[in-house]
Amino acid sequence: MSETADWPLYEIFIRARGGLDHKHVGSVHAADATMAVEHARDVYTRRLEGVSIWVVRSSDIVASDPAESDALFEPARDKIYRHPTFYDIPKEVETL
Amino acid sequence: MYTQGLLEPGGKATPAGAAVEDEAQLRRFQERIDAEEKIEPKDWMPDAYRQTLIRQISQHAHSEIVGMLPEGNWITRAPTLLRKSILVAKVQDEGGHGAYLYSAAETLGISRAELIDQLLTGKAKYSSIFNYPTLSWADVGAIGWLVDGAAIMNQIPLCRCSYGPYARAMVRVCKEESFHQRQGYDIMLQLARGSAAQRRMAQDALNRWWWPSLMMFGPPDGASQHTALSVRWKIKRFTNDELRQKFVDFTVPQAKFLGIAVPDPLLCWDEAAGQHRFGDIDWREFHEVLKGNGPCNRERLAERRAAHDAGRWVREAAAAHAAKHAARAAAA
Repeated sequence: MSETADWPLYEIFIRARGGLDHKHVGSVHAADATMAVEHARDVYTRRLEGVSIWVVRSSDIVASDPAESDALFEPARDKIYRHPTFYDIPKEVETL
Repeated sequence: MYTQGLLEPGGKATPAGAAVEDEAQLRRFQERIDAEEKIEPKDWMPDAYRQTLIRQISQHAHSEIVGMLPEGNWITRAPTLLRKSILVAKVQDEGGHGAYLYSAAETLGISRAELIDQLLTGKAKYSSIFNYPTLSWADVGAIGWLVDGAAIMNQIPLCRCSYGPYARAMVRVCKEESFHQRQGYDIMLQLARGSAAQRRMAQDALNRWWWPSLMMFGPPDGASQHTALSVRWKIKRFTNDELRQKFVDFTVPQAKFLGIAVPDPLLCWDEAAGQHRFGDIDWREFHEVLKGNGPCNRERLAERRAAHDAGRWVREAAAAHAAKHAARAAAA
């Protein structure tokens, strides 16, 4: 019963209000990017959830591999000196 | 709107491939689940977990899509322009819920075309409730109040489901579902406060939708094949019977407020248990509806197929348009 392959998948990013980042909200199938914006409008902003929409072909996203996440993120784990709370500053010193 | 977590004909909880899965991986997976970590699409997962989710999420998506039909039936006959606008918005939400859920299912490695095909060929199930007819305007009220009410009961725990994309889709669905339930109760309230004929309509709708709504929670726990594994994997947080009981306890006082009677002579408050007792559900009827012998099974599928076929030229035209523009952009 299925006639053709699916339309390409687009990932949808929405800016909820001016001043905020675009945030990933989900995905839609569409014949092209213009249609993806229209579908995203209908599917993800029926209640004023956004003021701006980005669409990106899902196949264009390059993601890190969860199996490699240790190798990728482990090096940051022991570098606690990158955080301001690592440093004890005497109480007498103000505005630091 | 809802999934009953039913076994598909010939479906198996543990596919043959499961045997070769690494014990250590399985153990690590269960530890992550136990620690309330979310599982994401690219993470390792047991094949049975993947298949269970595909079945459940797609049944849920199909239910949203087929669920547009009984209510869509009343769009042209809604009593006022406001009621019509509300109903259009609600039916559009159901389409949106289907879209969120199909997307979530696709993250597990099944295509949209396959999912739609499974619905249209009758291979996949959808909630039994949508195989009942909407005979009067009061049915639109009863669906919002009872059917969406039962759906909310089932879906709120799904917001904490272990599979990330499903949980996120459910958060979105639940936010919208409350509007559905309240607009339904609002219709019932207006009828209950209306003429004698309108009150009779409200009562008649409750009479017909009460038992099918209780069946929405699926077979009793003893007969439900999926509950134990789904609970261990945190796909399911409560059993069918627990949710059904909660629904009865919530809904009975709402019916009382409307001044209409729940059609169950055995319904009573059990003081000691702190909950309602209710009569036996006719599981024969439930299984007949599931098998395809409900009042509207054939009509619903025929309507979905007709809509799919009627839309074919639109899909083809859109694809041709996109291909033409892509070719022109490449040539420029």
